[in-house]
Amino acid sequence: MINSRTWLLIAILLLLAAVPPLAAFFAQPFYLDLFRRVMIFAVAATSLNLILGYGGMVSFGHAAYLGVGAYAVGVLAHHGIDNGWLQWGLAIGASALVALAIGAVSVRTSGIYFIMITLAFTQMLYYLGISIEEYGGDDGMRLATRSQFPGVADIADPVAFYYLVLGILVFSIYLVHRLVNSRFGMVIQAARSNEARTRAIGFSPYLYRLAAFVIAGAMCGLAGALLVNHTAYLTPEFMNWTRSGELMFMVILGGIATAAGPVLGAAALLLLEDLLQGWSVLPKWVHDHWQLYLGVILVLVVLFARRGLAGFFAGKNE
Amino acid sequence: MILVLEQILNGLQLGVMLFLMAAGLTLVFGIMNLVNLAHGSLYMVGAYLATWFYQATGSFALGVLLGLAGTLAVGVVVEVVALRTLYQRDHLDQVLATFGLILFFNELIAILWGRAAIFSTVPEYLTGHVELFAGLRYPLYRLVIILTGLAVAAGLWFVVTRTRLGMLIRAGASNRTMVAALGVNIRLLYTVVFGFGAALAGLAGLLSGPIYAVQPGMGELILIQVFVVIVIGGIGSIRGALAGALIVGMVDTLGRAFLKPMLSTVISPSAADTAGPAMASMLIYLLMAAVLTFRPEGLFPSRGS
Repeated sequence: MINSRTWLLIAILLLLAAVPPLAAFFAQPFYLDLFRRVMIFAVAATSLNLILGYGGMVSFGHAAYLGVGAYAVGVLAHHGIDNGWLQWGLAIGASALVALAIGAVSVRTSGIYFIMITLAFTQMLYYLGISIEEYGGDDGMRLATRSQFPGVADIADPVAFYYLVLGILVFSIYLVHRLVNSRFGMVIQAARSNEARTRAIGFSPYLYRLAAFVIAGAMCGLAGALLVNHTAYLTPEFMNWTRSGELMFMVILGGIATAAGPVLGAAALLLLEDLLQGWSVLPKWVHDHWQLYLGVILVLVVLFARRGLAGFFAGKNE
Repeated sequence: MILVLEQILNGLQLGVMLFLMAAGLTLVFGIMNLVNLAHGSLYMVGAYLATWFYQATGSFALGVLLGLAGTLAVGVVVEVVALRTLYQRDHLDQVLATFGLILFFNELIAILWGRAAIFSTVPEYLTGHVELFAGLRYPLYRLVIILTGLAVAAGLWFVVTRTRLGMLIRAGASNRTMVAALGVNIRLLYTVVFGFGAALAGLAGLLSGPIYAVQPGMGELILIQVFVVIVIGGIGSIRGALAGALIVGMVDTLGRAFLKPMLSTVISPSAADTAGPAMASMLIYLLMAAVLTFRPEGLFPSRGS
């Protein structure tokens, strides 16, 4: 049974797959770079959607795991270890551990406490990144060599890296889809809609929520490993709190608790930022102060467009 | 010993500053159930307006008054135009919309005054040091901040516990629907409380101007510390905001001042050079985690919900 939302997702992924040949045909390598960035953020937003959309946990600190993943790769590379399996494995493992620590404290709370606590811990990691001079401190540091996967893929090749990121995106969407429709996913969705009833039928939501929180953190850590390879640069800005806000906005803009939503949202926000900053049709005063207009657009979207882009394109299912 | 006393006073000064911010934020949350990330923007607006009016009029007192009035006006406009529709929405929408407001305000300030920090100063009669007792000379301006903060805390206590407005505020915090049903103009009450909180944030901003840098984005740095204060103190409680602010101000200041020398007696000085600042910057967050482990609702949970 294929419904309109699934068709939407398939169409988006096919479009993304078509970007490299099109970019090569029109000799516009810039778009390869832009859409690779979009897909990396789509992975991060997909992981956030698992806890925010399906689990109802408004995490305002999801950028922390982008940072932890990026630092795992960057620190190993700094010490001369450039094996990709090791680097990405550490990125996933370290993010899962950090998510476990943050989650153990924050998942017990809810509502506004949860928002503020996740934000505060992320800020703590941000300051930690700034204060460690060994790894570049405030300025960050260059990633001397990209992660090496000898005999499997060469991610220094832009097109190979692009398809690797696309593969990981498809895998993470599939993973979240399977999780959400499993017994485990039913419990976290039940706890979102009515915690008291979930308890009454015999589930303790805490461990389920914590597990979802850790899985989302680990997925986002992988996105961080991709991001640092994409930019070839490591900076504490990866975990700046505005980045967490952007990730949340991607999920909302695209359509909360939908499979295609985070991808659409990531694409829409990053393309919008790119247009506001550089589109030649817009006058210079827009380019100079694009954040002003982005802020206004954000407020308007929240106030008036509740269903997100996925709802706009494919209507309401379920 | 003198050094310790001086750092304690510095901690107190940061504490009252955090309290001025936390009081408004916690009131707005307690009464309107609104998460307002843009509270830091009002702090920034206060600092900019006061600095600008001081330069324009040449009078510090006038600058402070106009700065306060200006921030209050900006707060009321923001409430009426954007935030009023958000009260009924869930926290997620509130966070995102006020996040948008932060981007808007930071960029607006950058358009009006540029991205670089602007020069903010205190008048001559507030410069210099006072000798509190033998050997301890403390900057007069910081002392003024501490006294102002304590005076505001006392005034706030009086307003909240002894006046009709305060009674409405407390009633609104424990049961909003009931207050509205009793015929109180709840919309007006919301606007008044929000403007009031904005003015307090503006006061914190304009007082801090001459000490910290006045630049776009200055509000977010303090905002996240204020969140820690509120989580520690208990959301919606002014008493909790005061206790949390003083604890956080003290721990942060003393940690930054003494953690490094203390560590260097245990581990090697060069290791302490790296670990000291890193640990000092994490201290208040670890404190928050510790408090939450034992008291998930904060030190002074508010009765209303």
